[in-house]
Amino acid sequence: MSTFVRESLIVFNRQLRMNLRNPAWVIIGMLQPVLYLLLFGPLLEPVISQLGGNKYTWFVPGMLVQLGIFGAFFAGFSLIGEWREGVIEAERVTPASRAALLFGRLYRDLLQLFVQAVILVVLGLALGMDFNLAGILLGVVLTLLLGGACAAASNAFALTVKSEDVMAPVINLVMMPVLLLSGILLPMSFGADWLDRLSDFMPIRHVVDAVRGAFFGDYDVSTLGWGVGWTVLLFGAAVWWGVSVFRRENA
Amino acid sequence: MITARGLVQTFETRQGRTRTSVTAVDGVDLDVAEGEIVGFLGPNGAGKTTTLRILTTLLKPTAGTATVAGYDVATQPVQVRRSIGYCSQVGSTFSGAYAGDEVVDHGMLYGMSRKDATREGQRLFEQLQLDGLWRRMPKNMSGGQKRRLDIVMGLIHRPSLIFLDEPTTGLDPQARANLWGHIQRLRGEQGATVFLTTHYLDEADALADRIVIIDKGRIVASDTADNLKAQVAGDLVTLEVATDDQVATARDKLGSISADLEVQGRSVSGRVGRAGRAVPGLLRELEASGVTLESIEVARPTLDDVFLSLTGRTLRDAEAAAEAAPEPEGVPA
Repeated sequence: MSTFVRESLIVFNRQLRMNLRNPAWVIIGMLQPVLYLLLFGPLLEPVISQLGGNKYTWFVPGMLVQLGIFGAFFAGFSLIGEWREGVIEAERVTPASRAALLFGRLYRDLLQLFVQAVILVVLGLALGMDFNLAGILLGVVLTLLLGGACAAASNAFALTVKSEDVMAPVINLVMMPVLLLSGILLPMSFGADWLDRLSDFMPIRHVVDAVRGAFFGDYDVSTLGWGVGWTVLLFGAAVWWGVSVFRRENA
Repeated sequence: MITARGLVQTFETRQGRTRTSVTAVDGVDLDVAEGEIVGFLGPNGAGKTTTLRILTTLLKPTAGTATVAGYDVATQPVQVRRSIGYCSQVGSTFSGAYAGDEVVDHGMLYGMSRKDATREGQRLFEQLQLDGLWRRMPKNMSGGQKRRLDIVMGLIHRPSLIFLDEPTTGLDPQARANLWGHIQRLRGEQGATVFLTTHYLDEADALADRIVIIDKGRIVASDTADNLKAQVAGDLVTLEVATDDQVATARDKLGSISADLEVQGRSVSGRVGRAGRAVPGLLRELEASGVTLESIEVARPTLDDVFLSLTGRTLRDAEAAAEAAPEPEGVPA
């Protein structure tokens, strides 16, 4: 086993143990997708029926991306607590790779997201979502990459500002346009033309479109290309930022 | 074990639009031999922690070079990290995790197997009187236990050199004395070299073979506590006479063996070299002159006297000044 994998798994194990010791968060994390599907899904019925197609095949991909982004945005909060107690510095005086210190934490966020995705997809299928295995797998992979990007960015930002008071409003500031302009709850093509055009500038909109397309088994090259492109780009940029913050002297 | 030449660290701080450059460490040279316990003493904000962070590879120096355990801190940081243990001021374990888990994970990050890390961790728990606390969370430990846990974290991979940043700050006197005992045993039982920062004079005095004093980012002295104290001209002898008319005689007699006299009421004091030898003669002369003493006190110089003679301020004044202008926090320039 390479040193990097070994070190990141040590960090991951430790993070997982700390998460599981706080079962309230685990339960909330699991309940979120269930509640959205059961309580919000039926509200969409009349709207989605205008578009044609299965309402859950519309709705589940949006929920998936939402969980991926918003859960991950908060990942950095626990890092600030660890930093305050000297854990980050203690890890940084070990010979472990700085990237492993970040990736161990990302694995934890990705595992949580993966479990949520499985719950969401299984429940969606039970409620009548179209079954399209390849598309679902592709959608989940894209979501995991996007979630990883958000978690890495959240960790990097947390370790830069080192203050929950700065972090909370910034997350809210970022989340609003993301939620409103990426077509998570309803497809952007539903709205006015100018809103649709505006949302073209929101990278996550393209990811949502690609995930939704994949769930429908509609592999439109342009939609998929933009979605995959943005996902990979965001993931690469956020991981680079995260690793450089862990590497930086003053972190 | 440690060699540093000309270490400089400047920070950029920003207040509004004005940027200022602050020099926290200003040309520090250090030499620490294997097996030594060195106390790095200075007031808050003197540059102790910054120096320590450079030596532990957490900070790249603006200028200068340092080798730690034979490796260059700038070009071989991973080798340095493998060879040293470090206990920071703020701690090293998560308050809501089991102490034993934290120690084992930490050891594994140094490449130890789970089995090895567990065995070594449990041995250290026993050695540092933490037995029975393996499955306890740091938030439920006393201050002294938590500091000892931090030392276990720093020692888990059996480093040959350990850095302790203000190890007893915030502990009660009993816990401090207890921790001092443990630190001394570290050297005895593990042969470890210990480099510790402190702003407590008694701590440096009690623990360290050698004391390095830093003030305003510069090393102002480096020697054993005894030699440093010997640099201050002598022990302080204070006589208190019974009546006012005896003050003048007492002043004359003490003045014959001491240069800088101070008189306050019926109390006369002055520094005397080798007071142990001089005082019996002084007492005989005072008695022969008919001076009745209420009390006589001989005080060996303290490190505070050393600090005063080296920097012109007492350590307490330096601390107060540092409180008013706290150590800069900013990005390395």
